[in-house]
Amino acid sequence: MNVRSEVIAQFTQVAREQNKSLAPLSDDLALLHSGLDSLCFAIIVVRLEAALGVDPFNTDEEVRFPVTLGDFIGFYENAAK
Amino acid sequence: MPRNSPPSLSSSIVASGTLNSHVVWGAERNATWEDLAAGNIFNYKAGEFRGRSVVLAAIDPFAAIAAMIQLDSIAARIVLCPPDLLFEHIAFVAEAAAADLIVTDQPVPEPVRSRIECIVPCALRTEDVLSDAQRRASEYETEWVLLTSGTTGLPKLTVHTLASLAGAIERKTSASPSIVWSTFYDIRRFGGLQIFLRAALTGTSLVIKGAGESAADFLLRAGAQGVTHISGTPSHWRGALMSDSAHRIAPQYVRLSGEIADQAILNHLRLQYPQAKLAHAFASTEAGLAFEVNDGLMGFPADVLTQNPSVEMKVEGGTLRVRSDRTADRYLGSESQPLKDGEGYVDTGDLLELRAGRYYFIGREDGTINVGGLKVHPEEVEAVLNRHPQVSMSLVRMKKSPITGAIVIADVVLKTPQSVPDRAAAMQSNIMQFCRGELALHKVPATINFVPALAVAETGKLIRRHA
Repeated sequence: MNVRSEVIAQFTQVAREQNKSLAPLSDDLALLHSGLDSLCFAIIVVRLEAALGVDPFNTDEEVRFPVTLGDFIGFYENAAK
Repeated sequence: MPRNSPPSLSSSIVASGTLNSHVVWGAERNATWEDLAAGNIFNYKAGEFRGRSVVLAAIDPFAAIAAMIQLDSIAARIVLCPPDLLFEHIAFVAEAAAADLIVTDQPVPEPVRSRIECIVPCALRTEDVLSDAQRRASEYETEWVLLTSGTTGLPKLTVHTLASLAGAIERKTSASPSIVWSTFYDIRRFGGLQIFLRAALTGTSLVIKGAGESAADFLLRAGAQGVTHISGTPSHWRGALMSDSAHRIAPQYVRLSGEIADQAILNHLRLQYPQAKLAHAFASTEAGLAFEVNDGLMGFPADVLTQNPSVEMKVEGGTLRVRSDRTADRYLGSESQPLKDGEGYVDTGDLLELRAGRYYFIGREDGTINVGGLKVHPEEVEAVLNRHPQVSMSLVRMKKSPITGAIVIADVVLKTPQSVPDRAAAMQSNIMQFCRGELALHKVPATINFVPALAVAETGKLIRRHA
């Protein structure tokens, strides 16, 4: 399973379901400017856990939350290793 | 309830002093407390509202603030509708509150329009206004009604007074002029109303979030006004930390309430704002503000329950019970349940677990799911799922979410099992689409698992694993 394509697919799918207009996706896109709200991200995280089997947010380690789409994809790629 | 009422909100604002230098900053406009208290913003003849029951359903929070200040002590009752209230529920709310008037900036559905008068807020300067805040102190002890989510999907109307809402606010005469309050909450919800009243009654500036304003724009604006004290739910804060604007504010005081504050979010905030005092508070619309915790750790020390003589607390049947003059008085509506037990305690329904001298919140007794501060009753979602023509039965559950604290997921038994993966996926989206047409978006299951059967207890009820 390609992490990047799965993340992009979920962003697109959830934006469509929630009637959000998604900004053009690029690695330096700030998540907050993506057009998605926190409910959308919560849904994306649940579905990515189902699809990829990882939830990188669920850790006791001190991690900075991802800010850009690139960070977000990297976050999952590291966790899926 | 006429006579012998405490000072009105507008006269209390006047009494807090330094009015013209302290400002309420909205997304689209600003006003000094002086102008707000004098009725220069929301400006109607007091006679129109005297003794009436008023539904305040403006989308614009700034308009709502202006109206609240003018209506307190004039109206018998103000019902605060948050901007996401489904407008088809307005008729129910108006009925339950025995409303005479609706103040709104939205088109009002015909059934409501035909039975109550409508007023558009925020007209500027009409003639013959009663602009002297002092003059109309103490006409009524206005009932302040807040809406919370109920099991049937219809809102519950919870009755407070200004005194119960403001019970935890110390009105220092030497108010620190440098404090600027702000909140991610809508000011029509309990958590936001607390901050609005705190700023109003202590004479400090306030930055409020606009109805459709993004967290990034809001943080930018709050930072520009030099916000020093700011509150939100853990979900609000998680959203702020995921934005590239979290560094735009440098608060001295960061407050969390409305959801369980887990250690991860407390640590993240400590890391982001090392200079800030970090507090998480326990409060609910029904129980009022009970206590706050300042040690940066999740849960709370067991002795918190006995520390404050004005808020009595106990754990009974596993849940936290609160008795104080800050709790709500009752629910409105003909079919409403009692809000307090025979001894005056409010059962918060929040389950606690005691470990090594510290209590931890472990969930809700009734299985209510808290999605980013918004309550979801599983039964309400199941009722919708079960109406789908292909669904035989369903069980709605909570799943922990790092973003919104919790999220709704569902186990569904189909009438005809789908073994082909593609068809199953299509059926999942079909059912979710169906739910989106019937439910507020935070109530729609984020994922649907098809299961062959659900466990049913001897009572004939679904077996739920709460907490």
